[in-house]
Amino acid sequence: MNWMYWTVPTAIFFAVIAVILISMTLWQVAAPSPERRGLLPLSTTPGDRLFIGLLSSAYFHLLWLGLTDLHPGWMTAFCILWLITVMRWG
Amino acid sequence: MVFKARYIALIVYLLFLLIPIYWLLNMSFQHNSEILRSFSLWPENFTLNNYARIFTERGWAAGYVNSLIYVFMNTTISLLVALPAAYAFSRFRFTGDKHLFFWLLTNRMAPPAVFLLPFFNLYQSVGLFDTHIAVALAHCLFSVPLAVWILEGFMSGVPKEIDETAYIDGYSFPRFFITIFIPLIRGGIGVAVFFCLMFSWVELLLARTLTSVDARPISVVMTRSISATGVDWGLLAAAGVLTLIPGALVIYFVRNHLARGFALGRV
Amino acid sequence: MERTRNERAWLLVLPVMIVVAFSAIIPLMTVVNYSVQDILDPYTRFFVGTEWFRDILRDDSLHAALGRQLVFSFTVLLIQIPLGIAIALCMPTRGIWVAITLVALALPLLVPWNVVGTIWQLFARQDIGLLGVTINAMGIDYNYTGSRMGAWLTVVAMDVWHWTSLVVLLCYSGLRAIPDAYYQAARIDGASRWAVFRHVQLPRLTGVLTIAVLLRFMDSFMIYAEPFVLTGGGPGSSTTFLSQYLATMAIGQFDVGRAAAFSLIYFLIILALSWVFYTIITRSQKG
Repeated sequence: MNWMYWTVPTAIFFAVIAVILISMTLWQVAAPSPERRGLLPLSTTPGDRLFIGLLSSAYFHLLWLGLTDLHPGWMTAFCILWLITVMRWG
Repeated sequence: MVFKARYIALIVYLLFLLIPIYWLLNMSFQHNSEILRSFSLWPENFTLNNYARIFTERGWAAGYVNSLIYVFMNTTISLLVALPAAYAFSRFRFTGDKHLFFWLLTNRMAPPAVFLLPFFNLYQSVGLFDTHIAVALAHCLFSVPLAVWILEGFMSGVPKEIDETAYIDGYSFPRFFITIFIPLIRGGIGVAVFFCLMFSWVELLLARTLTSVDARPISVVMTRSISATGVDWGLLAAAGVLTLIPGALVIYFVRNHLARGFALGRV
Repeated sequence: MERTRNERAWLLVLPVMIVVAFSAIIPLMTVVNYSVQDILDPYTRFFVGTEWFRDILRDDSLHAALGRQLVFSFTVLLIQIPLGIAIALCMPTRGIWVAITLVALALPLLVPWNVVGTIWQLFARQDIGLLGVTINAMGIDYNYTGSRMGAWLTVVAMDVWHWTSLVVLLCYSGLRAIPDAYYQAARIDGASRWAVFRHVQLPRLTGVLTIAVLLRFMDSFMIYAEPFVLTGGGPGSSTTFLSQYLATMAIGQFDVGRAAAFSLIYFLIILALSWVFYTIITRSQKG
């Protein structure tokens, strides 16, 4: 594993992603949710919304890094709110 | 009139496809000195010397053998893992199936260059650098998703009643799968094999990065021979002609099923 | 086909998961790790946070490479899709010529990508190549190793040669799937050739055309071997596309952190595009 050059922040990042994925899977196995239409212009399952939320968060971070010199933490905070919004109402 | 214009357009296009290949053939039958000295539309002093050199000089022949070894390894691995998975995708719904299928496809779309650095370090750290299996496994990145995608299309065309009847008749899943189901999708397997072989055979970047001497594929032998001694165009052309043969052979075997593979749009 | 719900199907997918984990997930995680560090050697590395991303996102030469890539991808799409449809319409529908044209069409697809570069190198050189000599004989100064425009046009021509067949084959099988009854109905209505194409053939080709656009866009977005062999990315950097830019950074200069950050951005672009196309394809099949 040495060649992977793990760092604490990236380990936390992947742990969080893994926990989200596993809990989403367990939730969907226990109680599958049907597709529905929310704020987004297409009908989605919770899994679709998670993907859309995460991918758009990644793009928001890139925009933030490319256009401003501010700390990326601000964007991360916003993206958590964004992710919750997309999951709940998207 | 329209009828004729159609065929003229088609013939012009086919000429556009075939002339560069003819030029490659033309060059492969000439000495390098003749190529550089005079411009001619056909080989004036026909020679097989370039081919003789490729078959006798060690680096060249080894390059072909290396390429063939990892291409076959890759195809075998891809098929073995893709067959059950494609069956699962075509027959069952399960949690995350759509997302899994999409994620497999992104690997088909992803540029190999993205995975270059970690592959290089990964295979070096596990001691597989410059082996055939390293290239075969790296090519699984795109060949496994491709095989799953193609096979799923063919399997969805087999009615589910066949599975159900077999289970009622007391077949176990492995026995049903091997003795009944696989023969039914022979054509699909042929097409999947064709595309796995083809994409692994034509790939350069990963094969070049993960090998140095022992497993060096033909495409790398070709690119390196250019810089080493100035360009021997005739030799290069002959080597190019020889790389066309495996593809032509494989397409001959799957010619009848290929149209169906393209109809599914899964390449 | 109606599929039954069965969570045990996961067991059948497991082998694929393991192989792809080894060849995709672990490398991708590694790229993320690399992208936040400055790695000098295995024992000397520093955590630099998002600096590499900032650096890459503001790099002018990268913007230029991305611009060249987009222009190239859209150019080849604009040529290959209409040309592919046109050639597919010209194909014979029965008889021995079908098989012959199909095999001739498939030929360029089977050529190893670096050999495609070699073929065009031999074909387009101004001293020994048929194309180069012909164009120069017509009085046009053409030299793909010297002029930027010449090099760029040669790479586009090479890609058209290499990949238009794929679009043709996809469209051809799409056309074959249209029942004869549609054509007969159109003939009774006295529809012109154009009207048949516009209202009978084109609507039924949308499925295969979406896939053709998807495949052609994605594959042209990762083009590497052909221009690498033909022009080496030159002259200057006029034919250096994203993959070659990245490969040089990663393996040529071992600039690990920057290459990793760039890889992730590249991958995110592909991920978003694949998702858009995939959603379009699956929704259109449902609807």
